[in-house]
Amino acid sequence: MSGPAVAAPGGPAGVSPYEIAHLTHVRPKHYGRWIAAALVLAAFAAVVKAFVEGQIAWAVVGQFLTASAILSGLVNTVAMTVWAMALGVALGVLFAIMVMSPNPVLRWLARFYIWFFRGTPLLLQLLLWFNLALVFPRIGIPGLIEWRTVDVMTPFMATLLGLGINQGAYTAEVVRGGILSVDPGQTEAAKTIGMTRLTTLRRIVLPQAMRVIIPPVGNEVISMVKLTSVASVIQYSEILRNAQTIYFANARVIELLIVAAIWYLAVVTVLTVGQHLLERRFARGGRTQPRPEAGAEGAQA
Amino acid sequence: MTPMIVALDVRKTFGPLKALDGVSLEVARGEVVCVIGPSGSGKSTFLRCINQLERIDGGAIWVNGELIGYRREGDRLFPLSDREVARQRLASGMVFQRFNLFAHLTVLQNIIEGPVTVLRRPRPEAVAEAMALLERVGLADKRESYPAELSGGQQQRIAIARALAMKPEILLFDEPTSALDPELVGDVLAVMRDLARGGMTMVVVTHELGFAREVANRVVFMDRGRVVEQGPPATLLSNPSHARTREFIAAVLP
Ligand SMILES: Nc1ncnc2c1ncn2[C@@H]1O[C@H](COP(=O)(O)OP(=O)(O)OP(=O)(O)O)[C@@H](O)[C@H]1O
Ligand SMILES: [Mg+2]
Repeated sequence: MSGPAVAAPGGPAGVSPYEIAHLTHVRPKHYGRWIAAALVLAAFAAVVKAFVEGQIAWAVVGQFLTASAILSGLVNTVAMTVWAMALGVALGVLFAIMVMSPNPVLRWLARFYIWFFRGTPLLLQLLLWFNLALVFPRIGIPGLIEWRTVDVMTPFMATLLGLGINQGAYTAEVVRGGILSVDPGQTEAAKTIGMTRLTTLRRIVLPQAMRVIIPPVGNEVISMVKLTSVASVIQYSEILRNAQTIYFANARVIELLIVAAIWYLAVVTVLTVGQHLLERRFARGGRTQPRPEAGAEGAQA
Repeated sequence: MTPMIVALDVRKTFGPLKALDGVSLEVARGEVVCVIGPSGSGKSTFLRCINQLERIDGGAIWVNGELIGYRREGDRLFPLSDREVARQRLASGMVFQRFNLFAHLTVLQNIIEGPVTVLRRPRPEAVAEAMALLERVGLADKRESYPAELSGGQQQRIAIARALAMKPEILLFDEPTSALDPELVGDVLAVMRDLARGGMTMVVVTHELGFAREVANRVVFMDRGRVVEQGPPATLLSNPSHARTREFIAAVLP
């Protein structure tokens, strides 16, 4: 027998269905994509047209883009992002370790922290910190060193504590996930060479957890850039608040909002690129997969 | 001379399961003891109790004359702190079935991690000793490789070097060759044989009866959380006195 004698269903009689050399590939047409693209373009054009023809003085946008109030707001926004994120990551690591501690007091304290700060709105927390003087008129160690709360709780301080502590509650969960992702065999091996629990975490577990922790934290840095704008309600002069201050005076509302939007997008774009580079670096640093150039025994033998 | 390990009536339960049901065993200094037995008989659990990866529920273990896990004051036993347990673990090194090399560190970093971080040895000294150990296990050229770039047999030899770098008095092996391809088993066994000749006290859980016969001073057969019988390899492996031992050996030998 040299192949089936029956013709393919629907194929020309007498031609073997296994004879495929004469067939041609037909590219799919994707009409849907073309229609979708046209609709998107039309909508986009309409929006652009509205902005161009609308009551927007683009010259004003250009003029305020580098105004000193806007630039100092930008610096404050970036600085707050850095500080709040640093505080958030530090607290996140600390509370993740506490949540996983064998000590029940630490465990419950950490659970309470996460529960409280994830469970209340950020705006509310900011207002609480800013108005802390109403509850604690003075803070410090009684008898040793004390300050008036209103002096300490500047808009910067209140924003830093509000954003950082709130961020810590989320980061704690991210870090905990990262720690759980590390093979328990790594911890056991560390114990057998005499490491204590904390040394094991610091030297063996956390460095390996980084690969899992970095991407979501990078994401949260970007989210933090925009979250700082919430602090305008407690008079922290970040970029959005400074833009508002200007448009309250000159009534160029849309223009100044566009200025702020341009700067937010610029910062986020830079951070996105940075995150990408950082992730690539860590994927290489982790080396759980053999690198192509090394690896197999035979290649080096 | 005090025995290296004394285990007395050791008990360990996991919920309703008695993983160790009164294990008593002595290991002399320089002795090589192979532990054999069916799956689930408690061999790994026993090893893990010796270096306190598991806390025992009953009985007691002494390592090199020191009661482990507890401080004794008169007739009272106080559990040791994390730090003290870590110190006691320095007496024993452990080699795992699945190697457990630190994935984020190179071979050399894996070996010097303990000496530098735990023992606080100067780094150049630790590196020099690590290189000597790498020579000994035949992998000096792999010092800059990461564990994932090595074969199983190479990883296991590095794991042995890592354990040796801490200068332990005992080495515990939990099925060190079970995860290896057959052609890589020999290299690892050769390193272990070499250690045994050098006078290292070793407790080896293994299914390699050939290795046990050749290297062990004593073979211990465990079943259902108990030591069923023990004796010199020639006697126990060729002429066991218990029916269960006979069945097991018949099943394992090809
Ligand atoms: N962490 C644990 N939690 C619950 N049960 C456990 C745990 N570790 C071990 N066991 C149980 O204890 C018993 C003894 O286990 P162990 O690992 O010591 O056996 P083993 O002799 O090493 O077996 P194998 O040859 O398969 O490695 C088994 O029934 C096992 O399921
Ligand atoms: Mg086992």
